[in-house]
Amino acid sequence: MRALRATYGQTRVLHGLDFALEKGSITALLGANGAGKTTTLRAICGMVKTQGEVRFAGQRIDGRATEDIVRLGVAHVPDGRGTFAHLSTEENLRLGAYTRKERPAVEADLERMYGYFPRLKERRRQQAGTLSGGEQQMLAVSRALMLSPKLMLLDEPSFGLAPLLVTELFDILRRINVREQISMLLVEQNAAMALQLANSAYLLETGRVVLAGSSDDLKRDDAVRRAYLGY
Amino acid sequence: MEAILHQIFAGLATGGIYASLALALVMIYQATHLVNFAQGEMAMFTTYIAWSLINAGMPYWAAFLLTVVFAFVFGVLLERLVIRPVENAPVLAVVVVFIALLLILNSVTGWIYTYTLKSFPSPFPQQPVFGKYISSHELGAIGITLVVLLLLYAFFRFTPLGLAMRAAAQNPESSRLVGIRVGWMLALGWGLAAAVGAVAGMMVAPIVYLDPNMMGGILLYAFAAALVGGIDNPWGAVFGGFLVGVLENLLGAFVIGNELKLSVALVLIIGVLLVRPSGFFGKVHVTRV
Repeated sequence: MRALRATYGQTRVLHGLDFALEKGSITALLGANGAGKTTTLRAICGMVKTQGEVRFAGQRIDGRATEDIVRLGVAHVPDGRGTFAHLSTEENLRLGAYTRKERPAVEADLERMYGYFPRLKERRRQQAGTLSGGEQQMLAVSRALMLSPKLMLLDEPSFGLAPLLVTELFDILRRINVREQISMLLVEQNAAMALQLANSAYLLETGRVVLAGSSDDLKRDDAVRRAYLGY
Repeated sequence: MEAILHQIFAGLATGGIYASLALALVMIYQATHLVNFAQGEMAMFTTYIAWSLINAGMPYWAAFLLTVVFAFVFGVLLERLVIRPVENAPVLAVVVVFIALLLILNSVTGWIYTYTLKSFPSPFPQQPVFGKYISSHELGAIGITLVVLLLLYAFFRFTPLGLAMRAAAQNPESSRLVGIRVGWMLALGWGLAAAVGAVAGMMVAPIVYLDPNMMGGILLYAFAAALVGGIDNPWGAVFGGFLVGVLENLLGAFVIGNELKLSVALVLIIGVLLVRPSGFFGKVHVTRV
């Protein structure tokens, strides 16, 4: 991704971001509220107007329709989770696999998701809008996985979850990353958790990258520690 | 008693037609939160197409099928060419487009086919096959309506495309994120609504005769049906359709007389909007944040 700029109407939110994601690795985007983390994710999958260049697997994807970018294998877990509230849990999951044609593989993946998140299996016929916040977050992550993606964009997956659930969710994300070699771009307020999970990280401030490096480097950086890790 | 039974059956037959048209309204409403005022004229126009085909010597059921296919394509094209450009326009602008569509279809049909009444054949036998309370056409119309409703239900409930259409209607942004082409789902919705309307038109034409203004009153009943059931609930629309049909017939025959029948629909519309704007089955939205 090079010189990425994004605007909402008149307001420019991103001022020329440059960064790269390594295949199969987890990258964290850190920063305070309003730094442009969510906008970066939305820019990658064509949900905001952008300038600059976004490449995915060698192809330019900037300026393309969201649904076409998704069809290339980019799954987005949006903030607010994007649940289809009036559809059942299982219908939500099946929608995740909407673009896939291999029926047996989809069925197998469905069972695999129920394996990762048994709570979803218990609630498979329930209206998704009535699930708890944590369950909806699991549903959002599994719905994205049902796409069988190459890249997953995760927007604050820990938001509103109990600490125990966050640990569980991040464990599962790590397992999925290792087992299936899905690259992940993770936006998090919870910097400590994010740096534990991610291989590398970028620190954003008001729409610019101010620091980049491996997670270990960032963890040791004094400024990051004081501002985002709080010790 | 016999007279009452007869009126109830006749009411169910026309009610099924209102139900189909109400369902077409609800399908568009769910996706766009707008009521397509041109739905009735679209049905009328496609019924004229069926009339032309039958008059050209085509067997009824072949003409029926071809008309349904034509209506589907016609609906898709209307969405792509007329509605799409005003997608992001203010609500009133879209309403004006709907009304323009209504007037254009009405006058173009009148211009092509003239305004004189034409009789439209029924595919069902003249003789009552099932007792004296209900004519074969009424019985057949109820049957066809039920088949259409069942097919629609199965389509939306059991096919991936139907699921995607429901998803696109309730959450377009998330739908794009799972790769659904939301614009096309909308166009498909218009196609389906037009096809259902065409069936309603062909079923009602033998009763009210074919003329460019035939759908004016029927759209009003369908509108009342959709509101009574709850404009965002397909089941409600179907229930409302049958209810309005029966009420209209009973009140028209025994209470207020045929001249005032249409006011039943208007009173229902105003009554529902005043007392219970979400209708009988308007959804109670459950969300947790």
